[in-house]
Amino acid sequence: MQLTQTHIDYWHKNLRLTGILLVIWFVATFVVAWYAIPLAEIKFFGWPLSFYMAAQGSLIIYVAIIGYYAWAMRKSDIEHGVHEGEED
Amino acid sequence: MAVSQSAFKQQLKKYYSFYTGGFVLFVVLLGIGEKLGMPNKWIGYCFLVFTILLYAGIGIMSRTLEVAEYYVAGRRVPAFFNGMATGADWMSAASFIGMAGTLYLSGFDGLAFIMGWTGGYVLVAVLLAPYLRKFGQFTIPDFLGARYGGNIVRTLGVIAAIIASFTYVVAQIYGVGLITSRFTGLEFGVGVFVGLAGILVCSFLGGMKAVTWTQVAQYVILIIAYMIPVVWLSVKHTGVPLPQLVYGAVLEKVTEREKVLTNDPGEKAVRQIFADRAKAADDKIKGLPATYQTEKDAVAKKLEDLKAASAPKNEIEAAEKAVKDFPASPDAAKAKWAADKGAAAARTGPPKAHATPYPGKDEAARNTAKWNFIGIVFCMMVGTAALPHILMRYYTTPSVHEARVSVFWSLFFIFLLYFTAPALAVLAKYDVYTLIVGSKFADLPAWVNAWRTVDPSLLSITDVNKDGIVQLAEIVIGGDLIVLATPEIAGLPYVISGLVAAGGLAAALSTADGLLLTIANALSHDLYYKMINPNASPGMRITVSKILLLGVAVVAAYVTSLKPGNILFLVGAAFSIAASAFFPPLVMGIFWKRASKIGAIAGIVAGLGTCLYYMVHTYPVFIQWFGTTPMQKWFGLEPISAGMFGVPAGIITIFVVSLITPAPDKEVQELVDHVRYPNLEGDIDTKGA
Repeated sequence: MQLTQTHIDYWHKNLRLTGILLVIWFVATFVVAWYAIPLAEIKFFGWPLSFYMAAQGSLIIYVAIIGYYAWAMRKSDIEHGVHEGEED
Repeated sequence: MAVSQSAFKQQLKKYYSFYTGGFVLFVVLLGIGEKLGMPNKWIGYCFLVFTILLYAGIGIMSRTLEVAEYYVAGRRVPAFFNGMATGADWMSAASFIGMAGTLYLSGFDGLAFIMGWTGGYVLVAVLLAPYLRKFGQFTIPDFLGARYGGNIVRTLGVIAAIIASFTYVVAQIYGVGLITSRFTGLEFGVGVFVGLAGILVCSFLGGMKAVTWTQVAQYVILIIAYMIPVVWLSVKHTGVPLPQLVYGAVLEKVTEREKVLTNDPGEKAVRQIFADRAKAADDKIKGLPATYQTEKDAVAKKLEDLKAASAPKNEIEAAEKAVKDFPASPDAAKAKWAADKGAAAARTGPPKAHATPYPGKDEAARNTAKWNFIGIVFCMMVGTAALPHILMRYYTTPSVHEARVSVFWSLFFIFLLYFTAPALAVLAKYDVYTLIVGSKFADLPAWVNAWRTVDPSLLSITDVNKDGIVQLAEIVIGGDLIVLATPEIAGLPYVISGLVAAGGLAAALSTADGLLLTIANALSHDLYYKMINPNASPGMRITVSKILLLGVAVVAAYVTSLKPGNILFLVGAAFSIAASAFFPPLVMGIFWKRASKIGAIAGIVAGLGTCLYYMVHTYPVFIQWFGTTPMQKWFGLEPISAGMFGVPAGIITIFVVSLITPAPDKEVQELVDHVRYPNLEGDIDTKGA
């Protein structure tokens, strides 16, 4: 089986998206954890910001990342003609 | 397929809506029963019997003899329902009962588990789930076997899957035994076997198909059970029924209160008493062996004196007990006094600041705390993306797209509980700090007195400085208390306590099911079918799997009944082990065509080896078991975070060894292309029977 240019584009686009989302994930997790002490000085509706992020904010970002990935990849599947037939 | 996928989805929605309504009605009826005078014990039994019968019913309805149904639920589980099932599969007794307690006790530092156990799904979503679904076979060792070829990688996969899942399943069965015995009064050992029966009725007849549909049912129960008491407690303290949005203000008040309690004279007096006790114990240890005899005489003399003075009966009995329990040898005395010293020393400090990240007395201590936080987050995340019982769930969706959406629903359903747990911890802390601390011993609320008599390891309050007023330093709380006692703290009827127990049971059973199935499948599918007897008929394969399931379950229950060490450590260890063994070969197998067979073998060995080496040289229990020499902790990281070293070791080894060994052949390259595209014309087929 030979991959066409569209296929290669699809994969590169996927890699780019995956990379960007992982950078966001990394910042929301490890950068927040690394700077937790200075971030605690900032107040966010009563929470110190680092506490809020670790208890809720980063979690919301994770859910959003996964939702966006599913949506964007579906779009990309169809654009590049690699989507699956409708099961339902 | 007899029914189309969309009709099937409609049907599921209808069934589970009825089911949820029915369950709520059942709880309401029991609530009415309680009002009419139904004894608490009966309510506990009702919840236990009703929910287990329910799971058994679903298990029987889902019985199957089809291989694809047994191993991957026929690959027709819609994303939404697979998300719920994954949520239940994921959230164990530790999440349900232990999490809020851990947060209560360790404040900010405990949030490492919240972040780690949610953020890992990002890795599952973008690095693994869609590709594994496209590959579409039955187990995780299947993928390793196909991608790297040969039985060595598959065997290593089977071994790692069993080590990781078995440590984890023991922790679940332990949880089941604990809950059953607590809420029905059965003995722990009996509780374990009742729980085991509950686990087996779900999975024995219908494999993955039955487990999936019971897990959905279990998710519904566990989330209702978790939310009701927290919402109530939130109304009590904030007037708003959305605890997650408003507990920031409560956290501020807790922080204020901590400052007051740190400088309170009564608190300081109690802490001083504990400091004196710690010092006295230390003096006794230092004075050994001479102090052994003097202490022994002192204890005996006290008894004589009390008898001579005809003191009250209970004082004499206490003194008699002290004589009887006096250590038999100076060595035993040393161990006992060291334990006394540790227990007293632990209570000499001011309250831990709940909202402050990485508290520590100096820069070095804060840095170690920070590294350990990051280590736990990293290992829990990568472990999430490597635990076979979770990854297996994404084989069950109808398509790659549904697998991606399904990860979204999984995390969403997990998120509901995980963003509530920190709120519960803060609300419970506020309750204890303001309503219990400072009150008179004579007017403690009923729930406090109930719990301190039932189980002193979960709650003990003693008037150490004899002033008749409760000081924070006089309270010792076991983490599990928070979730178990919240209904009573919030002033809810007993039926809600029963509901919480049912929720905890659902959490433990659903996880145990998923894990047992993973172990049985690794043995029956990968070992028996793929390596020993490839000509086995479908009926034979299922029979073997069922026998193994039964066998593994009994062994796991037996190990559990021995009550092995620290359960929380075992769970953490399972994550580090899975992360080190599976994550590098799985992800590199998908994203790097050059990753070779020898590279993968070396990588698994190096990753797993590094992880286990670190654990057996730093974890005290293992050091004792294996007789290893303790070593300096690298970067001060605790043994639970051994994956911090195992994962990079695995990745680097695969990279280097793959580059110096021959590239994989064309077939493997095609397999990699195959998993990368949801639909490829002229593609190979890996679906298999």
